[in-house]
Amino acid sequence: MITSFGDLKKGMCGTIVTAPSDSDHSKRLQEMGFVPGTEIRIVKVAPLGDPMEVDLRGYRLCVRKQEMSGFEVEVLS
Amino acid sequence: MDLKSKSSHKQYNVAFVGNPNAGKTTLFNSITGSRQKVGNYAGVTVEKVYADVILGQLDVRISDVPGLYSLEPVSADESVAVSVIQSEVDLIVCIIDASNLERNLYLFSQISQLKVPMVVAVTMVDRLAGKGNELDIVALSEELGCPVVAVVGHKEEGIANLRQEIETGLLSLVVPSCEIHSVGIENLRMRLARIGYDVSPEGLSLELQKSEPGFVKYFSEFPELKEDYLKAQESLTGLTVADRFAWAKRVQDRCLSVSGQRKGLSITDKVDRILTHRFFGLIVFTAVMYTVFLSIYSLSQPFMSLIETLFAWMGSKAGLLLSRNELIQSFVVDGIIAGVGGVVVFLPQILILFFFAFLEGTGYLSRAAFLMDRLLGWCGLNGRAFIPLLSSFACAIPGIMAARVMPDAKSRLATILVAPLMSCSARLPVYMLLIGAFIEPKFGAFWAGTALFGMHLLGLMVAIPVVFILNRGILKGKRLPFVLELPPYQLPKWKDVLIALTTRAKVFLTTAGTTILVMSILIWAAGYFPRLPESQKANMEPKLVQQAQLEHSALGRFGKIIEPVFMPLGFDWRISTAIICAFPARETVVPSMGILFSLGSGAKVNELREQLQKAKLPNEKPLFTPWTAVGMMVFFALCAQCFSTLATVRRETGSRKWAYFMFVYMTALAYIGAFVVQLLGKALGN
Repeated sequence: MITSFGDLKKGMCGTIVTAPSDSDHSKRLQEMGFVPGTEIRIVKVAPLGDPMEVDLRGYRLCVRKQEMSGFEVEVLS
Repeated sequence: MDLKSKSSHKQYNVAFVGNPNAGKTTLFNSITGSRQKVGNYAGVTVEKVYADVILGQLDVRISDVPGLYSLEPVSADESVAVSVIQSEVDLIVCIIDASNLERNLYLFSQISQLKVPMVVAVTMVDRLAGKGNELDIVALSEELGCPVVAVVGHKEEGIANLRQEIETGLLSLVVPSCEIHSVGIENLRMRLARIGYDVSPEGLSLELQKSEPGFVKYFSEFPELKEDYLKAQESLTGLTVADRFAWAKRVQDRCLSVSGQRKGLSITDKVDRILTHRFFGLIVFTAVMYTVFLSIYSLSQPFMSLIETLFAWMGSKAGLLLSRNELIQSFVVDGIIAGVGGVVVFLPQILILFFFAFLEGTGYLSRAAFLMDRLLGWCGLNGRAFIPLLSSFACAIPGIMAARVMPDAKSRLATILVAPLMSCSARLPVYMLLIGAFIEPKFGAFWAGTALFGMHLLGLMVAIPVVFILNRGILKGKRLPFVLELPPYQLPKWKDVLIALTTRAKVFLTTAGTTILVMSILIWAAGYFPRLPESQKANMEPKLVQQAQLEHSALGRFGKIIEPVFMPLGFDWRISTAIICAFPARETVVPSMGILFSLGSGAKVNELREQLQKAKLPNEKPLFTPWTAVGMMVFFALCAQCFSTLATVRRETGSRKWAYFMFVYMTALAYIGAFVVQLLGKALGN
């Protein structure tokens, strides 16, 4: 199942399949490690519903749902 | 030292570069101790922290470049860091966090291409050991093609080794030999090897640039080869982000042995269960913020009054000593001592704020930002703006300094520009004076409390649209996605806190201090000259002499000249002059009002309140209605009446421009605010 990153829920794991094509915005996120093929896990969503904490490449990063919406993830069940 | 050795003397430049949170500052502190100096890179908000040290025989200037995720600059801060790295350095020390190897290697992959001599310092090795993992330093050094040193900054492990490697590196000037290949080219090379066409990566890159490479003849036989060829051609323009991460992953897989996956949650996860919990997390957050605020607000009070007493004592002693010459006496007492005192008095609040910087080192502030981001995000700030804004309710100066936690220049500037709108403790005396005189007697304690609360809320309410407008129109620069690392929790490193504390205090006293001192002497002179002729003083009461002198001085005359400007707000020349007097420091308004309303500068608040209630306009109507009082409070709530704040803004932003901008926009807001109150008063029949 392929989903937009912003729609992922707490505890979901998956692999990034597409990153938005070149913009500074997307490039910055890719440079944080969100490139196709990267495994990610949603650790937690902040109490107010946004942002979310992601586990990737052995570290934890907090990103906003809306700013990640262009990234697509193949969700592992 | 003779002339010859002096001329051959060279100072080498070494830059510490690394990801944020990689332990760069701790390492920098271990190497340089407390010899740090702070300056600004020309024209930008980026701070230059550096120290001069001797390594072996070499004279070296080490700079702590702001933390970077990438060398491809998007924000202004990054461009500066990158241009420093590219132009000025003889050697780069790249700090790599062993517990976050892949992403740290990404930055290394970019730096290594600058072809500058490098030494890699691997930090957080102790954290790896805790996980049962092991890093092969020798293999890493092979892969990266430059010396690698493992260090534990706060325990001084490996520091001597690192100093040695830096010295060796500066003498030998060997650049790293690290080969990163594009995934596209590598895939093509492997496919070609499988069909028996052997070529080196460099050879293949060259061949790809030809219009018809030698392997084109195999395309008909192996159609998938053509696909790989097209992909490889795309990556000829340069390495992609994915290429670099693929390389980083490969290096990590070779050098990092993951011995045993630990079962269960890590300590950080356990702590986070509470600290970012949807209920307990918010409670802890509130408690922490309350402690920070209360400490800046009230813990500082005894120290501040001690400093005030000390300067008052110095003033009176100096006054006695210099009583022979009235001019010199006033210059020293009211100009210099009062001016210096006005600067030093902020020191306790700044020190307390920077004490709380230990929270940043523990990793808690990132969690606080995680919790609050939604709340601050919608008006264009982000979760990290919480501390600067909250601190500003105590005093804008530590608040503005705290804005350095903001990740990019744009949001940092927006935070700095609205921080002084938060109602600081120096506004309290004005509120107390006016509420006590005009709200409480007429409307009772409830409305007095409401008015006081309202004044504190006003700044916050005004700040929201201001940030919104700043972000839309005035502040340039691209908006970056909000990314916030949540590093594992750490115990605070008190040595780093102590160094930050002393450096900040020194910077505040020297840079902001000199500006403030000059301004306060100028204002003193305006209030002192020209002198009232002796003949006029002869038959006056001493209290009235003070008033007459102020009225006669440049400042008083100026107050009268601009009275028409303040007339629409319902202010007469006395209030106008008090407002002008309060521009250097708003807390001086109460003593100035004392002088202006014939009670002398030492007037008791209760006497002054009575005097204000009795004060009349020339047409015999009362000067103050409750609306005028509210108008004046609104004016003080929104106005930039604090040189120390403006001097701090100038220092923190590295340019006068933003200090002027802040002064103009806040003063305009104050005027408009007070005018609206006056209109409301008229509309509602006073």
